[in-house]
Amino acid sequence: MLNYVIKRLFSMIPVLVGISILLFFMLRMLPGDPAQVLAGQMASPEEIETIRKQLGLDRPVYEQYLSYLGRLVRLDLGRSARTQNPVIEEIWARLPNTALLAVVAIGLACLFGIPAGVISAVRPYTWVDYAVTMGALFGISMPVFWLGLMLVVVFAVVLRWLPAGGTGSWQHVVLPSVTLASFVVAFIARMTRSTMLETLSLDYISTARSKGLKEEVVVIKHALKNALIPIVTVVGLQFGLLLGGAVLTETVFAWPGIGRLIVDSILARDYPVIQGTILIFGLLYILVNLAVDILYVVIDPRIRYE
Amino acid sequence: MSEETEPNVCRPAELPSENRWRRFWVKLRRNKAAVAGGVLLLLYVFCALLAPVLFRGDPAAPNLILALEPPSFKDPLGTDELGRSILGRVIYGARISLLIAVGVIAVGLLIGVPLGLISGFFGGKVDFLIQRATDAMLAFPGFLLALALVSVLGVGINNTVISIGISMIPLYIRLVRSCVLTVREEVYVEAARAAGTRDGMILLRHILPNVMVPITVQTSLGMGTAILFAAGLGFLGIGVQPPTPEWGAMLGSARAYLFNAPHVATFPGIAIFLAVLSFNLLGDGLRDALDPRFKI
Repeated sequence: MLNYVIKRLFSMIPVLVGISILLFFMLRMLPGDPAQVLAGQMASPEEIETIRKQLGLDRPVYEQYLSYLGRLVRLDLGRSARTQNPVIEEIWARLPNTALLAVVAIGLACLFGIPAGVISAVRPYTWVDYAVTMGALFGISMPVFWLGLMLVVVFAVVLRWLPAGGTGSWQHVVLPSVTLASFVVAFIARMTRSTMLETLSLDYISTARSKGLKEEVVVIKHALKNALIPIVTVVGLQFGLLLGGAVLTETVFAWPGIGRLIVDSILARDYPVIQGTILIFGLLYILVNLAVDILYVVIDPRIRYE
Repeated sequence: MSEETEPNVCRPAELPSENRWRRFWVKLRRNKAAVAGGVLLLLYVFCALLAPVLFRGDPAAPNLILALEPPSFKDPLGTDELGRSILGRVIYGARISLLIAVGVIAVGLLIGVPLGLISGFFGGKVDFLIQRATDAMLAFPGFLLALALVSVLGVGINNTVISIGISMIPLYIRLVRSCVLTVREEVYVEAARAAGTRDGMILLRHILPNVMVPITVQTSLGMGTAILFAAGLGFLGIGVQPPTPEWGAMLGSARAYLFNAPHVATFPGIAIFLAVLSFNLLGDGLRDALDPRFKI
């Protein structure tokens, strides 16, 4: 198992190198002088010159890339052009907020998505199934930021039950996490339904039923347990979707997370922060997929990694 | 930000002969959800093409005296913060979003499909290079990749199309490559090779037509995703810029008036939802109709 994890960690290296190349050239694609762009509009010629030397822009491109890679390995992501704080500190300060939102949203999505998918698969082609299927399709088609705005109108403006934005209490978490979850729940319900439908048609399920087991035991203990692998995969994949959704949700609810940081940085053309946050998002996405791979072993004892 | 659904991949044995097309058409017509999607889509395209006929006047011209009027007989969807008719802007918004979606898919198809064909057909070092580049792009969730590209390219319709289009390329590369790997082993490809047909010709005449089915399904679903991404960028203020009547940008400026005029934020959202729903319903229907496991 440990060997497998180490192997998987090593297999991440080419992808990480690919990401670093993308981010490196992203800055070189900018029109004009990268040093000027990084220093910001108000920078003096001396500051621009210092940044040019720091970045080694007078050296060949491969040397520039290697020194950029060296800084990345040390997690030196540079300084924000706006606040002059180290980028890693800016990200570190907001990471817990985004993580909280993501974890609550994924939890809510599983809590509603898996049972909805199971019920839909147990009663296929009935009105319950059609309701779940259509509900899931509606969820996938709904712009997450619009749903957020509508929830604010209903629960903050009309009913005055919950705050419209900000942080500080559990009430502040409700609307953003429900908004984010609504987006993912649809995918989880769809995947659970199709996997359960396939599993419920297998021979061992007929055997379990013919043994006289209760239907709940057959569905939950025999079918759902075996259908969990694709469901966990889809939950892992939806994490990327969740990060994209977090950018929009955090903007709607003025939630101080990484998603909001990236938007503010784009609007202020603060490139070190943009590069840093995108890199961290990419890393998080890869790590979650690794965690999902490892989770397979826990869920399914038939899988053994050599 | 739907990134789901790799269509039920290529089945070279199930190529659409005339009889199969008829069967596909019957299956599609019997799928009520797909028909509803088709009707919605026709309505959406109708609005986009006939916007100047459906709404006379300039959807971007402000009239501050009428600012934030609720829905009425004169303005069925009310007016926005600058007194512009929301109905007019929603109708013209259909035109903008359709334009973006078509552009995005064109970028994805024109770059992704040839790269997928080359990668799957030739294999070796070319395949390795293309696949590693695809891996790196797929390491970013699609919307974030589009966001990163917009931050470099800048705002506006063209850059929105290019950014979202590039974020779609890896999806097409993967899809087409996986299909080519199956199709290239077919007897008719071997026969074409044995007859001395050149590689380019084999790709264009024998392989490309056989990967069109999954590409069609992916395109329908991709159009919905493109509309959602474009609206998301517009909402954040880094996509299409006001006063262009883009649905996402309309929602972005409506945020400030949620407390006193919630109708401003309601209708552009419904328009985005219905447009995306139409493509998703139709895409699902196409996939089911083209999948031989689904019986009539």
